[in-house]
Amino acid sequence: MKRPPVPPPTPPRRSPKASQMTYGNAWLTHHLTTLFTSFGQILRTPLPSLMTAMVIGIALALPAGLYLLLENVQHLSNEWNGTAQISLFLKQTVGEEKAQNLADWLLQKKEISGVQIITPTQALEEYRNLSGFGQALTALEDNPLPYVLIVQLATANTDLGERLLEELKRKPEIEVAQFDMLWLKRLFAMIALVRRGVIILASLLTLAVLLVIGNTIRLAIYNRREEIEIHKLFGATDAFIRRPFLYAGGWYGLLGGIIAWLLVHFCFWLLQDPVKQLSLLYYSQFELVTLDLLSSLALLLTGGLLGLIGAWLAVGRHLKEIQPR
Amino acid sequence: MIIFNNVSKRYPSGYEALKQVNFHLKAGEMAFLTGHSGAGKSTLLRLIALIERNTTGQIVVGGQHLGRLPTHRIPYLRRRIGMIFQDHRLLFDRTVYDNVALPLVIGGFRPPEIRRRVRAALDKVGLLNKEKSYPITLSGGEQQRVGIARAVVNKPPILLADEPTGNLDPNLAKDIMNLFVHFNQVGVTVLVATHAVGLIKHIKCRMLVLQHGGLIGDTHLRMMR
Ligand SMILES: Nc1ncnc2c1ncn2[C@@H]1O[C@H](COP(=O)(O)OP(=O)(O)OP(=O)(O)O)[C@@H](O)[C@H]1O
Ligand SMILES: [Mg+2]
Repeated sequence: MKRPPVPPPTPPRRSPKASQMTYGNAWLTHHLTTLFTSFGQILRTPLPSLMTAMVIGIALALPAGLYLLLENVQHLSNEWNGTAQISLFLKQTVGEEKAQNLADWLLQKKEISGVQIITPTQALEEYRNLSGFGQALTALEDNPLPYVLIVQLATANTDLGERLLEELKRKPEIEVAQFDMLWLKRLFAMIALVRRGVIILASLLTLAVLLVIGNTIRLAIYNRREEIEIHKLFGATDAFIRRPFLYAGGWYGLLGGIIAWLLVHFCFWLLQDPVKQLSLLYYSQFELVTLDLLSSLALLLTGGLLGLIGAWLAVGRHLKEIQPR
Repeated sequence: MIIFNNVSKRYPSGYEALKQVNFHLKAGEMAFLTGHSGAGKSTLLRLIALIERNTTGQIVVGGQHLGRLPTHRIPYLRRRIGMIFQDHRLLFDRTVYDNVALPLVIGGFRPPEIRRRVRAALDKVGLLNKEKSYPITLSGGEQQRVGIARAVVNKPPILLADEPTGNLDPNLAKDIMNLFVHFNQVGVTVLVATHAVGLIKHIKCRMLVLQHGGLIGDTHLRMMR
């Protein structure tokens, strides 16, 4: 410590103008530094951090995935809803000619927009593919299946539909006539029920995410107790001390959101093929709805926001307890 | 700058660490606070920075009645006080540079300004070559000097030092004491708590003597001359 006579330091009192000049973009710099430092701190303990993010990810993926599944069912049933249809199972004794005549007669009616004939051979073929009983069914000598007519109604008016159904039921060639709307109505009721279930589940899992993040941040606060005390000793405001923990919470939430996104995508990718086959069976152009850009962003944002809120709750409770000694 | 008016401090344990202490340290004045171990020196310094609250009496720091200072204003009081702790209180997972920069980061200074000031402060305590080291790799005396650099880096108008020369050899201790005198000469109000009476008797300045929590001596050496 050999020094020439100490150069006169500047006077201790800074003019207010000078002290104001030190702010400005220093504020932004500080925020960005804190943002990345807190991310670095998460990376410093990769395994525990990953586990926390995984728990959050799974908790977010569950409601997101279920919600998406519901969207798909809704989408599917909407597609069917517009085209109400009646299935006519003809008597075993009715042959091709009679079935064709019946179809022509049906097409005359103005309430009916289309009729599709499914021959017993077609039906058997379809059933064979669907059920996997291919060999056993080939062994059958007679085809046990009847002709089936799928009647597309021109109107969505249920009264007209009901009247038509009653009329068709009285026709001698027809064994069973049934409205395909009935199960659709039940489906809608069920969707409404499941939707409510998903909301309840989502609320519970949101709470779980908040608790997980809150607990993680609480631990971080206690691990850095000494640091917090020293910061307070040198005039750090509560906001300053809170900031890195809030950012850490945000990062955890965001990482959880990313993991949830990956999980949902993976699960729907697994479903893609079976759904395609199923929709072929139903003569449908149905495509599985997955997370689009907007809902992906919403998922990530929800994660980040929950992280922030969880951290806020934890920090608010625990920072007060830490006072410098 | 610092006024104590019948100040007492009773710790929650019931122990009365300070009893009816009265003194007035004017702006730009320098004083040593001495007394036996357990006399209450650290307690007195902690009351000034509101690390502890006094039980009775009034404390005024820089014109501010501490009893009337709301909690959210405490950080701004502490930014005007440079504090050197008996147990250093460094951050062991940060470099010397980052430790010294702490008050500036908290105060919202710009990075270039921070770099300039941290270098200057480290230079003053002779540790410029250690800025990238971690405190754990430093000797006790070097750690103490890091603490001193941190206390003066934002040029606070008040400097409180609790046993700043405890771990230093006599020569270094003298250098550090001279450093405080220099700070005082440029207008900083300095209060140094120390055992080392031998070290300070050649420095002409005021001495406050504590004994069992009572202020038993307040000598202006100028008057004694
Ligand atoms: N947090 C506390 N709770 C209870 N008693 C305390 C507390 N801090 C200090 N004391 C007591 O107050 C008295 C004064 O302590 P203080 O630390 O101010 O002494 P000091 O003069 O700084 O001593 P030293 O020279 O050893 O540092 C001591 O008897 C100590 O036991
Ligand atoms: Mg002490």
